[in-house]
Amino acid sequence: MSEALLEVTDQNFDAEVLNSAKTVLVDFWAPWCGPCRAIAPVIEELAGEWAGTVVVGKCNVDDNPVTPGKFGIRAIPTLIIFKNGAVAEQITGLVQKGKIKDAVEAANSK
Amino acid sequence: MRGADYDCIIIGGGPAGLTAGMYLSRARVHCLLLERTVCGGQILVSDWVENYPGFPEGVSGADLVYRMSKQAEKFGLPVENAEVESVDFSGPVKKLFCGKKTYTANSVIIATGASPRRLNVPGEQEYYGKGVSFCATCDAPFYRDKTVVAVGGGDTAVQESLFLTKFAKKVYLVHRRDKLRAARVLQERVFANERVEIVWDSVVTAVKGLFNVERVSVKNVKTGEEKDLPADGCFVWVGITPLTDFLKGAVDLDAGGAIAANQKMETSAPGVFVAGDARNTPLRQVATAAGDAAVAALGVERYLEGLEAGEKL
Repeated sequence: MSEALLEVTDQNFDAEVLNSAKTVLVDFWAPWCGPCRAIAPVIEELAGEWAGTVVVGKCNVDDNPVTPGKFGIRAIPTLIIFKNGAVAEQITGLVQKGKIKDAVEAANSK
Repeated sequence: MRGADYDCIIIGGGPAGLTAGMYLSRARVHCLLLERTVCGGQILVSDWVENYPGFPEGVSGADLVYRMSKQAEKFGLPVENAEVESVDFSGPVKKLFCGKKTYTANSVIIATGASPRRLNVPGEQEYYGKGVSFCATCDAPFYRDKTVVAVGGGDTAVQESLFLTKFAKKVYLVHRRDKLRAARVLQERVFANERVEIVWDSVVTAVKGLFNVERVSVKNVKTGEEKDLPADGCFVWVGITPLTDFLKGAVDLDAGGAIAANQKMETSAPGVFVAGDARNTPLRQVATAAGDAAVAALGVERYLEGLEAGEKL
């Protein structure tokens, strides 16, 4: 995992995501999910572009079953944008990079 | 050449588009591939591909298409993220409109593929991502020891139902007819699998639940009997719809919305070719997509040579 990416776990979710002062984008994924692998490079690019402004994390749903359960995730890839400890936007399935950027910018400007 | 941005633009980054891009880049044609989300296409959701030649052990759909991407990249194929919303194929320079940006090219290969057909029943859209799924590889592990409904009777429905049984304790396979269309080898496997119960002659009429899917309503088309199957998920594999709406009459389509083409993959618009699942084709496989694409790429080269020869006259 690239250095710009936060590894989100059931243990650190509250501290690193819900209590983050910055907007956080979490990519819920698993190794067996083809579309998750396809979108991974896009998430890494965004993490690089946003370094220092928006926190970008990845949560492996195999290793961390509690957190996806809290948000009713039954399909991946699911991207959730958190702002001030609440869900600002939830996106399921493959989407264009621009749409993820728009959603994060919309969350940031709220 | 003639005021166009590119000699060829390929629309779509699945196996067809990537193969066409690989051939054209290798032939040093000035080309570009446009992909609306991320490259890969429908095969990304396929757990295991065991009928693509050259992989005797089988290969995951994601791996196969990743290799295709790498191969195209190796020959220098540029890829941009853009969704083509409409086109103008009326002149020699083809125009592709993507939001605020317009791309121009001397030739085009349409490789937009297809997307899973929806049931269009109440609850399907509301519960997408909350129990309704089109991708067993992505979502099956969420259904460990649970009960799910699978809908369809073709290769995909049967193969993916078998994959679901690795996790779910019970799979109801709901099919509208009294026999399956899937390949015989897949039928043998599904009939032998104790976790699969086939619900014959039945269609899904609604997906119900509170926060997530809890029940799937089915109706027997012969007897008219209706019942609710208890289920935590509903996986839909009832065929595909070619992604051709954006063409709005720019090339001829068949009644099902697939692009009509001759054996050279030429569409009704000169300089516009098609490859893969968007084409009116008897078989939609990775192997046929790759084959179509190789033929379309050759067609593009010949077409561009023709344009150049015409200029010199």
